[in-house]
Amino acid sequence: MAKSKPIIIKHVSKSFAKQQVLNNIDLTIEPETIYGLLGRNGAGKSTLFNIITNRIPSSSGEVTIGGQTVTNNDELLNRIYLMSEANLYPSRMRVKEIFKLTAQLYQGMDMALTQTLTKQFGLNVNTRFSKLSTGSRSIMKLIIALAVDVDYVFLDEPTLGLDANHRRLFYDDLLDSYAKRPRSFIISTHLIEEASSLIERVWVLQGHQIIINGSTEAVLNKGFAVTGPTVDVEAYTKGLNIIGHEALGNLMVHYIYGELNNDRPIPDTVSISHIDLQRLFIYLTNQEVATVEN
Amino acid sequence: MQFDFNSTEPLYLQVAEQIEEAIFTNSFEEGTQVPSTTEISKQFHINPATVLKGMNILVTHHFLEKRRGLGMFVAAGAHAKIREKRQAEFYDDYVINLVKEAKKLTLPETTILEMIKRGFKNG
Repeated sequence: MAKSKPIIIKHVSKSFAKQQVLNNIDLTIEPETIYGLLGRNGAGKSTLFNIITNRIPSSSGEVTIGGQTVTNNDELLNRIYLMSEANLYPSRMRVKEIFKLTAQLYQGMDMALTQTLTKQFGLNVNTRFSKLSTGSRSIMKLIIALAVDVDYVFLDEPTLGLDANHRRLFYDDLLDSYAKRPRSFIISTHLIEEASSLIERVWVLQGHQIIINGSTEAVLNKGFAVTGPTVDVEAYTKGLNIIGHEALGNLMVHYIYGELNNDRPIPDTVSISHIDLQRLFIYLTNQEVATVEN
Repeated sequence: MQFDFNSTEPLYLQVAEQIEEAIFTNSFEEGTQVPSTTEISKQFHINPATVLKGMNILVTHHFLEKRRGLGMFVAAGAHAKIREKRQAEFYDDYVINLVKEAKKLTLPETTILEMIKRGFKNG
């Protein structure tokens, strides 16, 4: 099969009744890549997913694949699947009926995989949708998302309500599925620590805009913790992009996102280390105004 | 193999180090196939591109070799090469820090040398 073309998101903005949610979003989603979309509660992650997958219209801007808009384009939309928190299924429908219905909508759904995964997760296919717990609903939706034959899978909070064992199983199945049939997964999650080793590229949505867009490795490479006596730390980090700080008596930590000043000697009393994605995210999204240069 | 996801060291370097260590301890013997990118990716929940990047470092060092259509194998002589590499890095990795810490603690050179001798005797 020929490699699919990237999804191009250009100048996408969205307002709900004068309330701006997204402001001029530009993104490219490459084929066969695992992305992580990070953002605080209410940052607009679901709205962005809903626009890319044509569930809701944008206020301005466009989403295209190979030069064609995805808006009401059934052929392109058949290559995209969104697993969302919204519960769109009739409440009395049974799990197995939902699988069948989805298979009719999405050609080439892997029914054998749905059977394997329902067994693995211990999901009863005879249960009616309304009787499923939050976790079981997530499991059912995940099984569908992994089984449909599409090029782009959007997973909005896929691990909602899943216990640690089931989350582990999901990451196993995701990577297994990705290895067997490489395609793009775009995952929005609050469980940053768990996701950071899975995602090749990371986006951070904050203040209606994408403030971080890069390979996970490159982004982590720009995050630093500078620790030492307050005076020395402040002298060293002067003019750098300080995104947060913590003080313990006279011991100071400055968190930096961006380049360090290589011309400046590091005082003996100061130590510098990298920080993990979760910490980086917390400081970047705690700021009143995030100043990030990509 | 063990990965420290909270470590500040890039994950692909950790992948390279862990496989190197497994070769050095003969967990992966010369001439045998090492686990595939997919296997490592699945087992440790690491993006396959990251695993591949780590493995390619070892290919560059000639610790691993790609066999077309088959996968990655431990290269002949890899064990000796790893030892050479680590011997070459020993001064930078251990001695510099040892001396730095000794100076911080005002421990004289003679005391350190005695300690090293004691370490060899007891080790």
